[in-house]
Parts: sequence; structure tokens; C-alpha cells
Amino acid sequence: MSSSNSPLPPEKLLQAQNLAAGLTQDQANWLAGFYSGIGFATGGAAAPMTSGAKTPLTVLYGSESGNAEKLSGTIQKTADKAGFKTKVVNMGDSKPADLKKAENLLVVVSTWGEGDPPDTAVDYYEEFMGDDMPKLDGVKFSVCGLGDTSYEHFCKMGKDFDSRLAALGAERVFDRVDCDVDFQAAFDKWLNGAIGALPSAAVTADVQAAVTAAPTAVYDKANPYDAEILEKVVLNGTGSIKETLHVELSLEGSGLTYQPGDALGIYPVNRAADVNAVLAATGLKANAKLGDKTLAEALQFDFDITSLSAAIAMKYNGVVGSNDLEAAIAEKATFKDWIWGRQLVDLIEAYPFKEWTPESFTEILRPLAARLYSIASSLKAHEDEVHLTIAAVRYNSHGRDRVGVCSTFVADEVNVGDTVRVYFHSNNNFRLPESGDTDVIMVGPGTGIAPFRAFVEERAATEAKGKNWLFFGDQHFSYDFLYQLEWLDYLEDGILTELTTAFSRDQKEKIYVQHRLMEHGAEIWKQLEGGAHFYVCGDASRMAKDVHQALIDIAQEHGGKDAKQAKDWLSALRKEKRYQRDVY
Amino acid sequence: MKVGKTANEGIKDTSNYLRGTILEGLANTSTGSLSADDQQLTKFHGIYQQDDRDIRKERRKKKLEPAYSFMIRVRVPGGVSTPQQWLDMDRIAKEHTNGAIKLTTRQAFQFHGVIKSNLKKSIAEINEALFDTLAACGDVNRNVMCNPNPNQSKVHGKVLQLATEISDHLSPRTGAYHDIWIDDGTGEKVKVTYDPPKIDDIADEEEPIYGKLYLPRKFKTVIAVPPSNDVDIYAHDLGYIAILEGDDKIVGYNVTVGGGMGMTHGNEETFPRLADLLGFCTPEQAVLVGEAVVRVQRDFGNRDVRTNARLKYTVERMGIDAFREEVEKLCGFKLGEPRDFKFEHNGDRYGWIEDHSGNFHYTMFIENGRIYDTDDYPLMTGLREIAKIHDGDFRLTANQNLIIANISPAKKAEIENILEAHKMVDSYERSALRLNSMACVSLPTCGLALAESQRYLPDLITEIDEIIENVGLRHDAITIRMTGCPNGCARPYISEIGFVGRAPGKYNLYLGGGFHGERLSKLYAPSVKGTDAAKILKPIIEDYAKNREEGEHFGDFTIRAGYIKATENGRDFHKDFVEPELAV
Repeated sequence: MSSSNSPLPPEKLLQAQNLAAGLTQDQANWLAGFYSGIGFATGGAAAPMTSGAKTPLTVLYGSESGNAEKLSGTIQKTADKAGFKTKVVNMGDSKPADLKKAENLLVVVSTWGEGDPPDTAVDYYEEFMGDDMPKLDGVKFSVCGLGDTSYEHFCKMGKDFDSRLAALGAERVFDRVDCDVDFQAAFDKWLNGAIGALPSAAVTADVQAAVTAAPTAVYDKANPYDAEILEKVVLNGTGSIKETLHVELSLEGSGLTYQPGDALGIYPVNRAADVNAVLAATGLKANAKLGDKTLAEALQFDFDITSLSAAIAMKYNGVVGSNDLEAAIAEKATFKDWIWGRQLVDLIEAYPFKEWTPESFTEILRPLAARLYSIASSLKAHEDEVHLTIAAVRYNSHGRDRVGVCSTFVADEVNVGDTVRVYFHSNNNFRLPESGDTDVIMVGPGTGIAPFRAFVEERAATEAKGKNWLFFGDQHFSYDFLYQLEWLDYLEDGILTELTTAFSRDQKEKIYVQHRLMEHGAEIWKQLEGGAHFYVCGDASRMAKDVHQALIDIAQEHGGKDAKQAKDWLSALRKEKRYQRDVY
Repeated sequence: MKVGKTANEGIKDTSNYLRGTILEGLANTSTGSLSADDQQLTKFHGIYQQDDRDIRKERRKKKLEPAYSFMIRVRVPGGVSTPQQWLDMDRIAKEHTNGAIKLTTRQAFQFHGVIKSNLKKSIAEINEALFDTLAACGDVNRNVMCNPNPNQSKVHGKVLQLATEISDHLSPRTGAYHDIWIDDGTGEKVKVTYDPPKIDDIADEEEPIYGKLYLPRKFKTVIAVPPSNDVDIYAHDLGYIAILEGDDKIVGYNVTVGGGMGMTHGNEETFPRLADLLGFCTPEQAVLVGEAVVRVQRDFGNRDVRTNARLKYTVERMGIDAFREEVEKLCGFKLGEPRDFKFEHNGDRYGWIEDHSGNFHYTMFIENGRIYDTDDYPLMTGLREIAKIHDGDFRLTANQNLIIANISPAKKAEIENILEAHKMVDSYERSALRLNSMACVSLPTCGLALAESQRYLPDLITEIDEIIENVGLRHDAITIRMTGCPNGCARPYISEIGFVGRAPGKYNLYLGGGFHGERLSKLYAPSVKGTDAAKILKPIIEDYAKNREEGEHFGDFTIRAGYIKATENGRDFHKDFVEPELAV
């Protein structure tokens, strides 16, 4: 019995090895079946003991935050029960040319930022769209895209994969579905249809039943846990224009666990002021009934009443039927500018409509979605607790004070002793190295510091021997040095090998983390050549790009590579999972 | 020379002429602090590490270290600044500090709130403005003061020249200052403009006057021109009283030694002491005598007990005659008999005067030396506007006030307009009590502070002013001074009313100081609440108004009327305290 990959804790493994010693073949077979039965009974992932020819199915996913990865697991379970022999493939670990070996293919892929692929799938996507891609005649496929309708390039990756597969000669057996942030229902429907449309050797299982029967934890996204707030403090000192909250939540008695790198979803509640503004703009009554709630309650707890996108505007106009709005939406670029800094209430006021009913209005709305926050703690350092680092978003635009719904919900509406509805969101694309001896370099300006607090806590608790080098940046040293005292303690204890900071507004010229990376380029190159892992967390639109470029520059300057070699080197680093990002 | 027993002696001994690990400390970007030993050394470079004590507790909760910043004291021999230098200080204050300029009780500029990452830049810019900060603090001869009084404008130039010569001559020669702050690549030693022949040599190439241990304690030098004792000659280690013939000839100086303010609460071995007359020297001998006094203190001062290390204790221990002998031995000549002189006051004369050459001088009241803008009183802006057009100079007074000096007749009207436009014209239309007040910085930045000072004295004077007005004393000058601790930066023990902080909100109240600084005060009431102070003073002030003799000063009156005994000698400072019957 090989123990190298055992998920068992050492004492269990020893028991199992003792039990296995000297068994006959029959006894061993019986025992295998027995343990497999335990797997089913506990909702574990043990493979069913079935026989017979099975249809091969490839599930290809590209995941950033972990949703696509999680759903690919659901596809596998469902498909296996439906009689497929399913192989799950991560775009980050494979080559697109291998797709020609696939007979049946289901793709689930998310879209980020301005229509970008997930971080781990950047190379895969480029190759897949490139000229060297072989024909895929005979491959049957269906695509599920994940995205967010409030972005312009909604589900662009799903669309690209779908059309490119068809262009390469593959056969679309079920139409693509584009899922919004509340993806579960749309995904279930797609999965049901897609599996039904694929030829299966043994279609015996009821697919829908299989989907719903997929094992679930006691608490999850659909059934969030009410976590009590143990501590809430603004980390920024007096004088800062920033408002970064440190929040500690209790998990006591929930049975919930997480790993460093994971995120926590929080379900916010809309502010009464926003509900009232929407009610006033629509002319709807707060106490009007919607199902078993008042409209005001429904708007406060169930619907996203702030986000504004072209998609929402189109839905809106589906009811309102304004020629002006239709014309405005048609002018894409101008309308995009108009939307910038505006919210739903601005649309309602700009294109008023007198005949709203609670039903017709809420039908155009999306459900109020949870927000994900990178976890800032390790369970090994804080038993039964999860900590977060949340920047409260507040700004004024177009004459109105506006806020981030979830961040200000946590900042303003709940206090120590209150509970918030949460669930854990696993992120396997952001993990500490398996070996504690491996060096890590962490770049986490602003709230990007969060997972690195978890990392360093974990590395301290596990007495990892590898070096820990942290880059942090924010506006002002005096006010915005998040968790400074903890870092100073870690430095003194030798757990943090080095802490390099960049404060942008303490001097005339702006200094950011990427500048510090360049200053320390030689040492960074040396550590990366020595096997170090490099992590980036925080702002995706500028910081992560600048840090990415800094790494390429470092490879050129200190590694003697030309531009292309440097890019390839960084791609390879990413493939080896030694360059991981958690950016937003 | 033997290394004394105090911690500071060891730090100096191993510092390599004041270098320590300051450079390494500046390079550490994870803390705003320097090491404890380096904090002692930076004082010699004119830099004190401080933190905002108001927010220590709050910051600990926010996981931030104390709000460390640095106070920078700029050495301004004689307190004279050109308009360009004023503009430079104004700009540095705006760009690198908390925004204000503090005029100190020793004719220096002081900046607060400079964070570590801006320290080097600030010092370099101060040097570019042709000032420096070397020896503005520390166990060396500090900023040399002299009378800025424009009433005797003919001799001002001569005493200012002597102040500059002494300052240059007694400056530390170590290259550390350049190495650390100026960064001009040359590493050259500090340039001195005046270097008369040396008297002897302790064979120390780097520091021929001080040696590597420098002085046992701080050392302060002043030059006074009678009848004004604005520099408080008796409160300083080394003093020169100019002896005039006619109104423009200085025939020599009476030299004084052994004055000093600092003491420690509860330690009667420590006390403020007035300087003794040492003898008379010619103008040509003045620098040499100064060096000799420094050398005697260097070799005879107490390096084992820091609270007993000032020159005043050396003189007290040796006796003035033995001390004079040592000085004369080094000088190689005898000092003459002190000449007659007469001091009449130690305050400033406010308003306009015209001097012998037809230039104008305007002395304005700067409450507690704080220059900053408020909506009602844009003082900092007004002075900046004046500096832009002024063709004379600015003079910092020993009472934290400011003289806009040597205004040519052509510019007078323009400057008057600026004064008017910025509400600076009536800066001195206050009660004579307020115009003769001084307070040190104290909380929140001074690490020694036990109670408020410059943030509280203005309010207390407002309370006392009411009593003063009621008894008709608005125009009678009474000196009133407050410090947050017993070290005496605002020289409270020679004022007629002195408050010395003991604990938050509590002060020792001293009475009986001489109006022109010629007599120490005595403790009248220990640990009185600041809020009771006006009530305690009320009957005494009323008594004074009713029963004073013609021309009798408040300090003299409190002794004659029996409120306290006169303090004749520093060693008697703690004697004869009588528990008072307080009016609260």
C-alpha cells in the first residue's frame, strides 16, 4: 500500500496498513467494497464500484476564483453517475492540442476584468486561439461560461471557447449557457441538458437527481453560516483617507474549516437609504407585498439594487420601452461612459416609468450576491476564527454619495456581537508551497496583504524553514501600514525574513511595490532561481500588471533573457504553480 | 579620557564619532523608529525621535506602532535668517513636516512630525538653505544665542559675528554629519569658517576640542547686550555680557558660567542654578575663553551621574575660583575684573522702531513661537508674503517672537500692507502678561512631557487675564512661563510665575523669579490642578495691584509680601518651602 499520497492522518494510515497486512485477495476485495460504502455513506468522493464500458468525457475548466474548478467537480460526479468515465482537466496544467483526443468535451470557464481569461489559463487561451491549433473534428462539446453582467465583456471566454471549438470542427451538442454571478440555477440547467445531449453508453441515472444529490457540506453558498463578529477595528491611523477594516469572525461549533489562500463569501444587506432611494425613484410603496415579504424587505435583503450595466439597462428598457433609452444604449461607448460612476437609481431617475409593480420591477433585478474576501488568518493561529481585511468603499459621483454594498455593510451596519451570513470559497490557485522549506515572496499592497497574513501565520505555526519575504505598500507609512505591529514581531522572531515597503504618498514621487521589486531585482531573481514561489494579491487593473512586468524586467536584467525568453520564463513559472495570483 | 558610568557615555564611546548605526536604521523601512542608542546619537545631529502620545493607545489597537516622527532643530546662530532662508524653511515645513514652524526659546527653528523616510531629504534641504542641524541638541555646545535687539543696531552686527564664531569654533568636527545626511559623495568634514589657534590638544584628530566622548551633558551659550537680558544670561552654561562704550563700541565681555534650568522632580540634588560671573575678557579673547570653559567642563564634569553632569554642578562642586583657575590655565592669561552693567528686563519690545541708519524694525508677538495658519489668523502665509519682498532679515528672539528687521524705508509701506492684510498688525495688542509668556512644546510629541504646556498656557492666560483686567494690570508686564516637565526649556524657574508639569493636568507653581531673570523662583504650591491655577493666583494678584510699591515687579512683591522666600542660590532652591493656604 503506497502511503505517499494518502489523505489519511498518520495514525489512521498505520491502522489501515496493519489491517491490510496478510489479507487474502477475497478479504481485500471485500474490504475495498466495505470502505467504498463508507465513502458513499459519509458523502465522500470514493469512486462507485461499477463495471462495464463507459463513454469517455473530458471536463475542461479555466478557473480564477475557484468557481469553475468547483463546478467541474460537480460535472464529474454527475457525469460519472450518468455512466461516463470522466477526466477533469485544468487549463493551467494542460495543452489545448490534447483536445483532439477528447471524444466528448464539456468546458466551464470564467471571464475576468476586460474580457480576460483566468490567470491560470492565459497561456492555454493564447495557444487555443492561435494558428497552430489542430482541427477537432469529431469532438462533441458544450460550453458553460461564468461571468458578471455588470462587466462589458460578459462571459467573453465562454463565447470565445464556444465559437473557436465550432470553428475547429467540433460539434456543438448543446447550446452554450452564460451564467451571471448567481450561476447555480443556470449551471444546473446547462449541465442537465449537456449531459443529456452527449451520447452515453449507459444513461441510467436521473441527471437532475444526480445534480441535487451531489454531496454538500452543512454550510455552503446556498446555506450560509451565521458567523458572529468577535472584533472589528479600522486599521488605518487617524489622518488616513483610507478605511481598512480588520474583522474577526467566530466559526465555533460550525465545523467549518479553510486553508490559507481561500476566500470567505459574505452576504450583504442593502442600506435603507439605497432602498428608499429606489422606492422613491420608482414610486413603489415600501409596504407593498412581494411574496411573503414587503417590497422594502425584499429590496433590502434579496436583490442587487445598486449595480448598473448595459445588460441591466436593456432589461429595464424591456419593461419601460423608452425610445430615448434604447437610442442611448445603442451608442455603446457613450452609454458606457454614462454608466461609469452611476447606479441603478440614476437610471430610474433618468428614464422614469410610472407603471412599475413590485413584480415587474424585481424581475429586472439580479439577486443580491455575496462578496468574496481573501481570508487573512490561519486556523492554526486562530482556532475557530476567520479574519478578513476589508476596504470600505465610499465615493461621491454625479452628485451622490455612493458606497460598496458589502464593505460598508460590514463597516457601518454590523458590530461586534452581530452575525453575518458567510460561506467558504476554496481557491486552489493560491496555495503555499507543499514544502515548508520552499522560499516564498509575497507582494500584497493594500488589502492584498490579507492572504499573506494567513500565509505567514501558517508558516509560523508549521515552523516552515523557508524564507518569507513580504512586499507591502499603501499611501502613507504613518497611517496605512496594515498589521505593522504583527510584521515587526514576525521580523524580530525571524519568521519574516524581510519586509520591504513602498508608501506612495510620503514623498513627491509616487513609489509603488513594483519599484521596490526592481530595486531588489537581483535578490528576487536569485531566490526564484532557487525555487522560490512568488505570490501577488490585490488590485488587478494596475498593480498586478505592473508587478508582472517588473518580473519580466527582472528576468531580462538579472537573468540575461531577452523579452520573449523572459515572458516564456514567467509562463513556465506560472505553470509550475510557482507564480500565483489572487487579484481583483 | 575615562568613559563615565552613564549609559550615554558608553553609547558615545562606541559610536565612532556619532555615527552609530544611524545609516542602517534609516534604511529599515518596516519601522518609523531608530534604535534606542541611535536615538541618543541623532540628538547630536539636531534630531529627536518622538511620537504622538495622544494616539499611542489607539494605534496599538490598530496594530500600528506608535506614530514615530522626528523633531528637527535648525541651528541659527544669533537667530538671524535671510528672507530666502525663511522661504526655504517655510517650504520644508510644508513639504516634509506637520506644516508648522516653531520658533524655540533658543532662537532656533524647529520642525515636528518628520517621518523617518523624509528625514534625510529634510536635513539635506536645510543644508542647501545654508543652515544646519548639527549640534542643535546633544552633549555639545548648542545654538549660540545673541541679543537681536534692534535698539542697539550698531552693536548687533558685532555680537552676531561673535555668536557665529563661537558656534563654528565649538561645532563638532566629526564627518558623521556629512556621511549620513548630506550624501554629496565627498564625505568631507563639516566646514568651519572660524578656527583660531588651539590651546592644547587631546590628540584626537577627529574631534580636537571634544574628543570622542564629547561633553558630559548639553552646553548652552548666549551673548547679552544690556540693558536687555532677553537671552536669559543666567540660565545658561556660558554667557557673555557685552560691555559698551558709547553706543557702538564693545570693549569686552563679562563672562558668566554655570547657569542652567533642568532638575528632576523629587531629587533635591538637582536644581536650577543662576550663572556666576567668571571675569572679563576682550573681544579678541572671547572665543578662546569659550573653548577653555568647554574643555574644563569636558574634563571636570561628572560623567557618572547624568542628572549631575551639567556645568552648573561642576561649578557648584569646584567653586567659581577653582573653576576660573582651570580656565585661565588653559587660556594662558588672566581674566579681568567684571565690569559694571545693568539689566532692566528680559522681554521683547514690540512694534516699530527706526534705527540710526534709517531702517525700520518690526517686532511681533508670536504666541509660544508657533507659526501656522488658521482661518482667522493666516500668520504663516503673511510671513511668507513678507519674505518674498523683504530686503532685510528676520530675527528670532529668545522669547519665541520674531523681528522683521532692517526694513528699508522703500519697503516699509508694502510690508505694512501685508501685515494689515494678514491681521498681523496688532499681534502685540494683548495683555502684557500674555506678551511676556513662554511655553515649551510638551504634549503630544515631547517624550519627556508630564503635562500639557503650549496647548494649555494660552487658555490659562485667558483665565488670568480676566483677573488682571479687573484689577487694572493689563499693561503691567509679569513674566509667566510653563513647561511640561522639570527640564525647563521655557526657563520657568526665573519667571515671576512659573508652572512646571508634574502629571496630566497638574503643575508645580513657582513664584518670585526676577523680572529680568536675575533671581530664581521658589515652589509656592506643589501639584496644583491647572484648572485651579487662576483661582490660586487671584488673591495674590489683587494684593499686588493694591499694595505694590512704585515700580515694584510682581516677583519682588511676592517675596516682600511674604508669599515665598527669595531663592538666593540654586542649591537653596528646594529650601524654605512653606505649605501655602490656597484659595481653593
